[in-house]
Amino acid sequence: MKILVPVKRVVDYNIRVRVKADGSGVDLANVKMSMNPFDEIAVEEAMRLKEAGVATEVIAVSCGVVACQETLRTAMAIGADRSVLVETDIELQPLAVAKLLAAVAKKEAPQLIILGKQAIDDDANQTGQMLAALLGWPQATFASKVAIGDGKATVTREVDGGLETLEISLPAVVTTDLRLNEPRYATLPNIMKAKKKPMEIVKPAELGVDVAPRLTTVSVAEPPRRSAGIKVANVAALIDKLRNEARVIA
Amino acid sequence: MSILVIAEHDNAGLKAATLNAVTAAAEIGARLGTDIHVLVAGADCGTVAEHATRIRGVTRVKVADAAHYGDQTAENLAALIVAVVDSSAGGYTHILAAATSNGKNTLPRVAALLDVAQISEIIAVVDVDTFVRPIYAGSALATVKSADAVKVITLRSTSFDAASQGGNAAIEAIPVGPDLGQAKLIGREMTRSARPELAAAKVIVAGGRGLASGENYHKLLEPLADKLGAALGASRAAVDAGFAPNDYQVGQTGKIVAPALYIAIGISGAIQHLAGMKDSRVIVAINKDPDAPIFQVADYGLVADLFQAVPELLAGL
Ligand SMILES: Cc1cc2nc3c(=O)[nH]c(=O)nc-3n(C[C@H](O)[C@H](O)[C@H](O)COP(=O)(O)OP(=O)(O)OC[C@H]3O[C@@H](n4cnc5c(N)ncnc54)[C@H](O)[C@@H]3O)c2cc1C
Repeated sequence: MKILVPVKRVVDYNIRVRVKADGSGVDLANVKMSMNPFDEIAVEEAMRLKEAGVATEVIAVSCGVVACQETLRTAMAIGADRSVLVETDIELQPLAVAKLLAAVAKKEAPQLIILGKQAIDDDANQTGQMLAALLGWPQATFASKVAIGDGKATVTREVDGGLETLEISLPAVVTTDLRLNEPRYATLPNIMKAKKKPMEIVKPAELGVDVAPRLTTVSVAEPPRRSAGIKVANVAALIDKLRNEARVIA
Repeated sequence: MSILVIAEHDNAGLKAATLNAVTAAAEIGARLGTDIHVLVAGADCGTVAEHATRIRGVTRVKVADAAHYGDQTAENLAALIVAVVDSSAGGYTHILAAATSNGKNTLPRVAALLDVAQISEIIAVVDVDTFVRPIYAGSALATVKSADAVKVITLRSTSFDAASQGGNAAIEAIPVGPDLGQAKLIGREMTRSARPELAAAKVIVAGGRGLASGENYHKLLEPLADKLGAALGASRAAVDAGFAPNDYQVGQTGKIVAPALYIAIGISGAIQHLAGMKDSRVIVAINKDPDAPIFQVADYGLVADLFQAVPELLAGL
């Protein structure tokens, strides 16, 4: 079976982003960009399913600007067989991305789509669920364990109270949580090999998808800062402060 | 026109997060002069519906009671919510749910079926179509405006007070939808604890990699939590290392908390962790590294070896 792995190019998780002085957004000039960490976990999981003989082909997809080609090369260096870039300069919101991915999925007919539960830039946590809805497929979000059986997937999910396990029919959408696996690093030979792997480039219009944003960003602001606290000398001083100054303990 | 709030519950009881969602709905409703309805979809969920009728500000509780809503699977639930929206005579302007794992799982599916955007994890209502939400692990707050006819919204419970009791809403049993049969719950492993629920706790004792083992995590933090009537929390590193279960993770991609007192022990204060706890009223940090970033948000910082400081703290309380 084929697995489709959508991957997003985002600000690297180690970067502390700054709000632009004019409040129009965050400053992304000359900032290091990487694959969304949850999507790395998705690529890794797809590779493990291929190595286990469950998947026959892994296709990475990204939606966005030309530079997303780098993200796709990374996915292919980890092991994806080929990739598709839906290229556009328009700001893409989760619903538009889900529509683009649904259009790609209709062409590629994968049995499984596996992607990150959230992107660490917009923190929306929507795309996988929207994609499943548009395709009319079942979903298993926040996965910490995935097993593929005959026409179905058994997925353990990280939920508020602990873990729950779902059995879903295939084709299906799975979104990854942190504990699913530890992604491998791409080796230099594999990075070289990835340069020769096929990458198809399409435009949203060719897929018949209207990607116009539904939400407008009115402004972006710094969050309120916490006023600086103090260091206490020892445990006794801490207890005294908590009891008599903050009054949070009896 | 009305506002629809999706109840968070476990078939036996209504979860507190629903009350925060009703308050967010009321902030929008006050501007529009509209009613607030609550949808309770579950199996044998009559008690939950009863409870929902008593939330102040709610005028109607719609109940869809069927076995196939019992496990809150997103496919059946989303289809039902869309049917409720489509069949309602007056129509709904907003659909709200708390950003719990259920809310996050189901609402984007609803939004896509309605062909509208979702606005995730709002922390403030600016206007009926304009909301504030954190982005980049809370490094920035975006004010966004929606042009869609129906606004589908999840909200952070910590940013809205709980609605009070004293309401007297009418209950309406609504037609149940079909069982789509796409997903089946086959197992649950819930973390059992007599301590308060993390997301709603007044005091949280959280441990990180500095505890060095699961044994230390339990041995040192549990007595302290019990003494303080606190919930236990953890950093991602502590969860990844197996010191604590996954549902203890506080942060950008875990739970968002805002207790009166948050005690971070052996946690460095990575931005992803701060994203989940920096709105706590009082933050205490115990860390042996004086330069740990956690001290930048701590009201009271103690530079010390936790293996000495925590037992001493317990003894002194
Ligand atoms: C996509 C993504 C999502 C993430 N989401 C989250 C999230 O939701 N929540 C989260 O917490 N993290 C998250 N992280 C991880 C985050 O970046 C940090 O790696 C993590 O928070 C570190 O955990 P820690 O503070 O326990 O460990 P460390 O950073 O290793 O800190 C351990 C601290 O313990 C102190 N210490 C050690 N020994 C002692 C001692 N004897 N006494 C006192 N102090 C001691 C050290 O000085 C150090 O400061 C995420 C990361 C990524 C990439």
